[in-house]
Amino acid sequence: MLEKAIYGGRRYWVWIFFLLGLISVGFLAYLYQFKSGLGITGMSRDVSWGLYIGQFTFLVGVAASGVMVVLPYYLHDYKKFGRLTILGEFLAIAAVIMCMLFIFVDLGQPLRVLNVILHPTPNSVMFYDMLVLSGYLMLNLLIGWTVLGAERKEVAPPKWVKPLIILSIVWAPSIHTVTAFLYAGIPGKHFWLTAILAARFLASAFAGGPALLIILALIVRKYTKFDPGKEAIQSLGKIVTYCMLINVFFLGLELFTAFYSQIPGHMHTFAYLYAGLHGHNQLVPIMWVSSILALIAIVLLVFPQIRKNENLLAVACLATFFSLWIDKGFGLVVGGFVPNSFEKITEYWPTLPEALIALAVWAIGFLVLTILYKIAVSIKEEVVFDKYGEKQIKAE
Amino acid sequence: MYNAGKIIIGIIIFVGLVTFPFIFAGGKATAKPDPKIDTPEILKMPENERKCVESKSFMKKEHMQLLNDWRDWVVRDGNTIYTNAEGKTFNMSLQNTCMKCHSNKKKFCDECHNYTAVKPYCWDCHIAPKEKES
Amino acid sequence: MSINRREFLKMAGITTILGIGGVSAVQGVRNRVEASQASRAPEALTAKRWAMVVDMSKFKSEEDYQKCINACHLSHNVPHITDNPKHEIKWLWTETYEHAFPGNEDKYRAERFQHMPFLMLCNHCENPPCVRVCPTQATFKRKSDGIVMMDMHRCIGCRFCMAGCPYGARSFNYKDPRPYIDGSKENLEFPTRMKGVVEKCTLCYERLAKGLQPACVEVSNGALIFGDLEDPNSAVRKVLSERFTIRRKPELGTGTSVYYII
Repeated sequence: MLEKAIYGGRRYWVWIFFLLGLISVGFLAYLYQFKSGLGITGMSRDVSWGLYIGQFTFLVGVAASGVMVVLPYYLHDYKKFGRLTILGEFLAIAAVIMCMLFIFVDLGQPLRVLNVILHPTPNSVMFYDMLVLSGYLMLNLLIGWTVLGAERKEVAPPKWVKPLIILSIVWAPSIHTVTAFLYAGIPGKHFWLTAILAARFLASAFAGGPALLIILALIVRKYTKFDPGKEAIQSLGKIVTYCMLINVFFLGLELFTAFYSQIPGHMHTFAYLYAGLHGHNQLVPIMWVSSILALIAIVLLVFPQIRKNENLLAVACLATFFSLWIDKGFGLVVGGFVPNSFEKITEYWPTLPEALIALAVWAIGFLVLTILYKIAVSIKEEVVFDKYGEKQIKAE
Repeated sequence: MYNAGKIIIGIIIFVGLVTFPFIFAGGKATAKPDPKIDTPEILKMPENERKCVESKSFMKKEHMQLLNDWRDWVVRDGNTIYTNAEGKTFNMSLQNTCMKCHSNKKKFCDECHNYTAVKPYCWDCHIAPKEKES
Repeated sequence: MSINRREFLKMAGITTILGIGGVSAVQGVRNRVEASQASRAPEALTAKRWAMVVDMSKFKSEEDYQKCINACHLSHNVPHITDNPKHEIKWLWTETYEHAFPGNEDKYRAERFQHMPFLMLCNHCENPPCVRVCPTQATFKRKSDGIVMMDMHRCIGCRFCMAGCPYGARSFNYKDPRPYIDGSKENLEFPTRMKGVVEKCTLCYERLAKGLQPACVEVSNGALIFGDLEDPNSAVRKVLSERFTIRRKPELGTGTSVYYII
């Protein structure tokens, strides 16, 4: 099936080479980091995790969100999601690959990464995170590839995939729960030490991931003959709406506990992020951009009339995605380190090489995604559209 | 033969790549490594005491494993004394035991490691004995 | 019998994997030295759980602190990074009271206590969060004496331990530390570190093995008291039973082993 990825129009190749260009630039930046050490980033003794780990955390959510289309389709027999499942699974694959790369580029001694397997440490959440992420990657590769292969041959997928699909449905929330546990079990970091963190993670993941999937589905429909289905997109829109509301509700719960209790340690980070603390306010503008985007997204999403307009839905999804990308992919991780253990403030902002490396990881993710989507879409076009013509769009 | 032209070009490129190291070296073999143990510290010792912590053949073959074990025992278990096959004891330390006799890192360690293209990262942290540039 | 390309590739792949596995299995049988050949040095200082008491009343001047800090940093080749405070590496340093004991501030407390510098180091917790989070056991608690150790050979530089430590005791080598070590003052008996690993106070495990007190304790003129917390007759226990002491963030349940007398 891979051969489908080497035939494409001009637009396809321009896009591929654009991504390859970003990857090359980022690769050079990474060589620089590899040689000089992580000192080329904006991280410090006090803020020891930054953009890389933030993006990792955000993308685990995107990977986990694939379950939001797989679950209704396989467990509730919601047929409308039939054409979206493969897009969801392939998005999960690209996201997990990005997660792994973000962890890798964050390591001070990347060549020793296999020590994690060589010296397995069951008391470390990081160890479990590695296990569940690689497991999730395997599951999605196996399921996506097998189901698509069967579809191409126009036969039913083999029986052994079904249990694996059920497993992947259970597995998806677990990868993000484990990722939340990286933070939620650390004594002395008040901002992270909250039982609701995993729930917050899942809510934001199930809003941000499907939002991205809607955008991707709209792009696929625009540029190919394959239509993931209008109703499927609307159903996903509902999922985004509910999860975004839950996410904001959870954030509200955090704010209430911190500010009604008036315990300084619990208020400090929120104060730093949204208002600035002791004159340090570098993150305030982007946190407010995130909040405003969230507000716009919610206004556009809660009214069904607005949501039904696909252009406005796309705007809402972009707003959702970027709001969460800032909040979870940056603020959440950096905020946990401010103020530090001595109640002193060191601020963090990524450097240019750091941003280029992060951009290259995204480009690799999109390259993988493009190739996988190209394969999936080519097969769908072949077996569905070319055979049944326009009917496939109207039939459902 | 189908695609004869492409196949022949492919074979030529392949042969070129494979033989490149030999052609590049000008057909000469790299000099065999010749590690030296003639440091002043070793020469000072009486002839019958010039022995490493284990036999020469063992050290040749297993020094990396020995160092690995030493490191774990010292750092992880807090045991610092090594008793060799003959019952003699040594302080387990690369920097303070091995290199005190083998003060010629360049002619002792690097000689073979360079030849076999092995790059142990010992010296990224452990301080190598100060040698005169020769 | 004919085989198609797919089957040939499958067989070739399996044979390769078996081949690699076979080679490593054969190489696995080699002369090994036995762990029983390693033992503790007879002169080594031993304890069930090392602890330290910092007697603040004996720190009178800036010099008193600096003496301890220098002894530590010079004997462990700790780099002196001044060009970028974000990359600073410290094993032993000072913080004023309000920063060392956040949450215990009181604006009416006497000025001299408010800004009194306290000596900070790794607390060698009884229940260390850094050890709990490390994915490779590169940082671990020594069973024999409770020292929270660093195995620099194994550290992958993920910095989870830095996030995990509530005491800010850990430093990361954001760059090669060697250019920041004064060659003339280098301790040739102790290694340096490389870029990309985390480091911190190791309670002078290398000195204890030789029967010596930690470097900072040795030069402190009795301001730092060192001993076995589980031995009722130790110097540390004697002080703890007589004087009022405090520890940093005891509410976290980490069981720190560094005590302060004010």
